[in-house]
Amino acid sequence: MSDAPTLSGLVPGVATTAPAQPERAPTDWRTQSMQRRIRKRYASERRFRLLGLAAVVLSAGFLAVLLVTMVYNGASGFLQTRIALPVDFAHSGLLLTPAELRGPGADLALSTANIEGLTDSSARAAFGPDGDRWVSDGGWLRVRQALKHDPALLTARTTIWVPAADTLDVAAKRQGDPAAEAIVAKLQARHAISTGFNLPFLTASDSNDPTRAGIWGAFKGSLFTMLVTLLIAFPVGVLSALYLEEYAPRNRWTDLIEVSINNLAAVPSIIFGLLGLAVFLGTFGLPRSASIVGGLTLALMTMPVIVISGRNAIKGVPPSIRDAALGVGASPIQVVFHHVLPLALPGILTGTIIGMARALGETAPLLMIGMRAFIASPPARLTDPATVLPVQIFLWSDQIDRGFVEKTSAAIIVLLAFLLAMNGFAIYLRNKFETRW
Amino acid sequence: MSILTLSLVIAGLGLIGWLTARMRAVGFRRGSTARFSSLPSHFGGYVALWTVLPAALFLCVWASTSPALVTDRVLHDPAAAQLPPPGFDRAAILSEARSLAAGNSFGAFNPLSQKLAPAYAAAQNRNDWIGSAVALLLVFATGGFAYTRVRPDFRARSKIERVVMACLLAASLIAIVTTMGIVASLLFESWRFFSVVPIGDFLFGTHWSPQVIDPADPGKTLGAVPLFWGTFFIGAVIAMLVAIPFGLMSAVYLTQYATPRARRWMKPILEVLAGVPTVVYGYFAALTVAPAVRDVAVSLGITWASSESALAAGLVMGVMIIPFVSSMADDSLAAVPGAMRDGSLAMGATSSETIRRVLLPAALPGVVGGVLLAVSRAIGETMIVVMAASGVATLTLNPFASATTVTKQIVDLLTGEAEFDSPKTLAAFALGLTLFVITLLLNIVALTVVKRYREAYE
Repeated sequence: MSDAPTLSGLVPGVATTAPAQPERAPTDWRTQSMQRRIRKRYASERRFRLLGLAAVVLSAGFLAVLLVTMVYNGASGFLQTRIALPVDFAHSGLLLTPAELRGPGADLALSTANIEGLTDSSARAAFGPDGDRWVSDGGWLRVRQALKHDPALLTARTTIWVPAADTLDVAAKRQGDPAAEAIVAKLQARHAISTGFNLPFLTASDSNDPTRAGIWGAFKGSLFTMLVTLLIAFPVGVLSALYLEEYAPRNRWTDLIEVSINNLAAVPSIIFGLLGLAVFLGTFGLPRSASIVGGLTLALMTMPVIVISGRNAIKGVPPSIRDAALGVGASPIQVVFHHVLPLALPGILTGTIIGMARALGETAPLLMIGMRAFIASPPARLTDPATVLPVQIFLWSDQIDRGFVEKTSAAIIVLLAFLLAMNGFAIYLRNKFETRW
Repeated sequence: MSILTLSLVIAGLGLIGWLTARMRAVGFRRGSTARFSSLPSHFGGYVALWTVLPAALFLCVWASTSPALVTDRVLHDPAAAQLPPPGFDRAAILSEARSLAAGNSFGAFNPLSQKLAPAYAAAQNRNDWIGSAVALLLVFATGGFAYTRVRPDFRARSKIERVVMACLLAASLIAIVTTMGIVASLLFESWRFFSVVPIGDFLFGTHWSPQVIDPADPGKTLGAVPLFWGTFFIGAVIAMLVAIPFGLMSAVYLTQYATPRARRWMKPILEVLAGVPTVVYGYFAALTVAPAVRDVAVSLGITWASSESALAAGLVMGVMIIPFVSSMADDSLAAVPGAMRDGSLAMGATSSETIRRVLLPAALPGVVGGVLLAVSRAIGETMIVVMAASGVATLTLNPFASATTVTKQIVDLLTGEAEFDSPKTLAAFALGLTLFVITLLLNIVALTVVKRYREAYE
């Protein structure tokens, strides 16, 4: 535009004078109307900025509310209410001798003794006709454990702390129904009730009774599933990323592979569950609810994530490294496996951990392949029926029993702690090994 | 020999092959001044591959065909003449005999399986020996052949590299195989569904209640329109009403206003929102948000408000999507050339005017693409709606009413007791196919939009 006047001067027939512009006085910023206008614009600027800040703060606030709710509900899930139960072994009528319990046949001898009955009758004797209902259904296990630990108890009268029944547990920790609260108050007056760390929650498996339910079975199932996922998704993902980034010829087949990977990354997870149901269970006949099927399904879901992050990491390795290696006589395979892969590995590992964290929190596809069954014992093999931590959370959230509310939240705390640790480790890896070329 | 010991033996022989070939290669390299194309470990690897791979392949084939061969042999046993004709009973007796022979069970329900068990054990034993012998023979034959080729002028490295390349190619083909597996399994089961239920009834019917299926006219209660509407309403309307303003404004604030220090803190916090498992969101929605939404509705005078309202599920889903929208918007804002922003600021516009009049319009295609991707993610989301939305399909515009989604129905249909062939379970696959197609289309459109837009500024 700047050379327009000269042009018009050269071209005949075009007026050389610019069209007359009205003389414009400089804006007087001090007039009241201008000042008002500026104030308005600045106010709107501040409003907009506050709006942005509010969006961030509210989002973070939601996260805070979520976490606080879970911790508030779940913290008591790690605690267990116990009742002091006086047990008179000497007059119990148990057909056991201390010598029997010291020998190798202790477990067999204990399993034939009616300790459950003894626990119930002791509770009735101590707390009245309803006493056996104050003790958890699994309370007698504690009595048996105490006996096994110290056979000398058989001739004595002693007090054993046993877990309280579900209703008392709820009443002692927070509000329960009035009857249960009255019992708790009575026990408190006798100093016969206490609270301690709930170790069974970490070592037991699923149960119908919230005082006996634990996450170990689901946790082991998660470990097995993640192991299968990692063993399949990591090698396949890395090899496929290497191929696509380093060797693949630019042709239609390569495009097809890339399109499939990008689409797989965006396919809803439940579709992978349908695939697992139709192919792994239907066609291949693998066992239902097994962690190997869950692992395979999640591996297909995690693989695209690893491929995509792996490709980015490989892309980050500068070409000069490859040229140098080729220059000293390395073959293309040697270039990649001796130089590019080790340099890209931190980035690939970061992506893998993030993908695994996602798989660890995944629920929907595992519901499809039947991992929602009630499993009361931890799986011993990959083909055993199992469940995983998120599915356990889902199953417990469906329970009507109030005692499960805190268990669900406590399981969520465990799951979130693991995810946070994994993500933190990924960030640490990224910061420690990130290279700026 | 059991398959495990056999594999261990073969692996051991492979190791021996590796060591001997390597030693031989080291031997002929010693004292020689010639240049070799391959290192000793390449020769070792070459022999080890030849030792292990053919036998492993044979074992895979053998393991899949051997049970059929064993059963075939047992059927020629005189005792097998008493077997009932092919059907469920026959299969039950045979499988019982098999587990007896393998020592997995100790008592038999059927006397005939007791009789067949020895025949089974014998046939199994014989087959195991044949398999082991052939595998070991293969190991020595192919391993020995490879060993004879270990000579100074042999290019072992290029042979190994060819195998490595094949592995790389195979690994990347798994993505295609998975995609085809998804499409094939969904199409196959849906085709079986549509051979029972007319496709028109499914796609355009407005009544959904799979609990009562009339065998004469199954399409009458399998109309999926209420599901499509519920999915759209929760995932694309309510969730987006939360996610778009919050995500967009967060991105604007983080990229345009926040100091680098604040940004370093705030961004990871937003990303944690994306990392929380959906089952946790679902529990939160069901436990906290849904009752709160209902209380608000009741206090507004809507006494019939559902405690499994569309609003509760949609709100929580929207929060889950915030970081996704935010990072997409972040990318598109960053892609706008700095000159446009600087020009606007130089003309005296305030930051917010620049953002609203220049940056956002310029970044709009990218933002729209990101929102489409977010919608595709929201409608595929399962656990939040499974735990917080209702199972009753209603065509409603009221956010306080109950609504259900495609994903919730898939879970409900497949986790019941029904057998695999009923229209009820097959309907889940038809719903899955619909979901897959819709999300695929959304993704393709979104990626095209984003790509075009990036090219426009490059």
